[in-house]
Amino acid sequence: MISKKVANVQDALKGVKDNMTFMFGGFGLSGIPENSIAELVRLGTKGLKCISNNAGVDDFGLGLLLQGKQIDKMTSSYVGENDEFERQMLSGELEVELIPQGTLAERCRAAQAGFPAVYTPAGYGTEVAEGKETREFDGKMYVLEYAFKADFAFVKAWKGDEAGNLIFKGTARNFNPNMCGAAKITVAEVEELVPVGTLDPNQIHIPGIFVKRIFQGAQYEKRIEQRTVRQRN
Amino acid sequence: MLDKNGIAKRIAKEVQDGYYVNLGIGIPTLVANYVRDDIEVEFQSENGVLGMGPFPFEGEEDADIINAGKQTITTLPGASFFDSATSFSMIRGQHVDLTILGAMEVAENGDIANWKIPGKMVKGMGGAMDLVASAENIIVAMMHTNRAGASKLLKQCSLPLTGVGCVKKVVTNLAVLEVTSQGFKLLERAPGVSVDEIKNATDGALIIEGDIPEMDL
Repeated sequence: MISKKVANVQDALKGVKDNMTFMFGGFGLSGIPENSIAELVRLGTKGLKCISNNAGVDDFGLGLLLQGKQIDKMTSSYVGENDEFERQMLSGELEVELIPQGTLAERCRAAQAGFPAVYTPAGYGTEVAEGKETREFDGKMYVLEYAFKADFAFVKAWKGDEAGNLIFKGTARNFNPNMCGAAKITVAEVEELVPVGTLDPNQIHIPGIFVKRIFQGAQYEKRIEQRTVRQRN
Repeated sequence: MLDKNGIAKRIAKEVQDGYYVNLGIGIPTLVANYVRDDIEVEFQSENGVLGMGPFPFEGEEDADIINAGKQTITTLPGASFFDSATSFSMIRGQHVDLTILGAMEVAENGDIANWKIPGKMVKGMGGAMDLVASAENIIVAMMHTNRAGASKLLKQCSLPLTGVGCVKKVVTNLAVLEVTSQGFKLLERAPGVSVDEIKNATDGALIIEGDIPEMDL
């Protein structure tokens, strides 16, 4: 067994420097690498270029890095719920590249899988395709989108073992598996780090080969962004 | 004239047995409330769930189970979770049978604009561009005119596009229209709405053939 276990978040983030490109798993606030984000806030790493579907809310998720003006550029598909984000974007402090959600996922997967680029129909004929190569296949037009290049991928799983094998829970899975192995170094944080042999190999979502470092997060807030309930009859 | 629930109710009639359906935010979300209960339909949410159920009871919310609107949800028996790339494989690979989404503008050739108003805060397209570029069956749910009273069914979209030539059908508070190579073909009128009212509220080419029936809700 090749061990991927590191003692804590400090060891997991070794090598993190200013001006790097990071991937962050999560959809909204669900499945975000809370502990890695908190450590980046503590480190005060600046000039970050972040690839993440969303940008958090003002006081949680990537919003915490925005508060500290640590992010220079966001590549995302939807960035609504964050006043500080809006202020920095409108003032020009923050560069924002909006891309289709499926394209974001596929540019991660291409990087993970060793494809330099993929053709997608998404965005053809819109401003998203401006300046990009297009090509016709079977009478339909497609846009060439390049694999991401990132220094670190920060992902969060439900359970993991020392070998780096990961299991996700519910819709907290989202972009996390697609980012594993899509950057030079993949850091996985898990709610529960279990001994090897505990997880059923049939049930592994991401094999440890895609993970460089794994640690158990000290704590998880798992904040709900839109708490919606129905009444009991 | 229909309200938002009326639009959803009419669109629900388009949902057939065995359909996998992706519902956008807004009026489309309401469609789930009106689908016949004698057919089997599964709702997909692009953040990674198939077989979405109703909102949870208070106290049973789970931060790890949400929909694309980031609302807490439940799942039904037979549901599955998956990653974002798999989710968009379902969409791009045309495994999802029906996509229902809102729009700011639809053009007579099926172009749709629903993600950006220049000069205003842009939140992003989310999964909308993937959905409209790939789905074979796209129904737009929207009001026929905007708040200022201007038509949202146009010759050409004035706002930045989300997709080109992709909308097949539009259901508004006034009418059901099919997008054809000649323009919007009027299929049905909302209860109490005349053909002239629909004509006046439609800027794009409108095709009216024979008697136009009132919607059967």
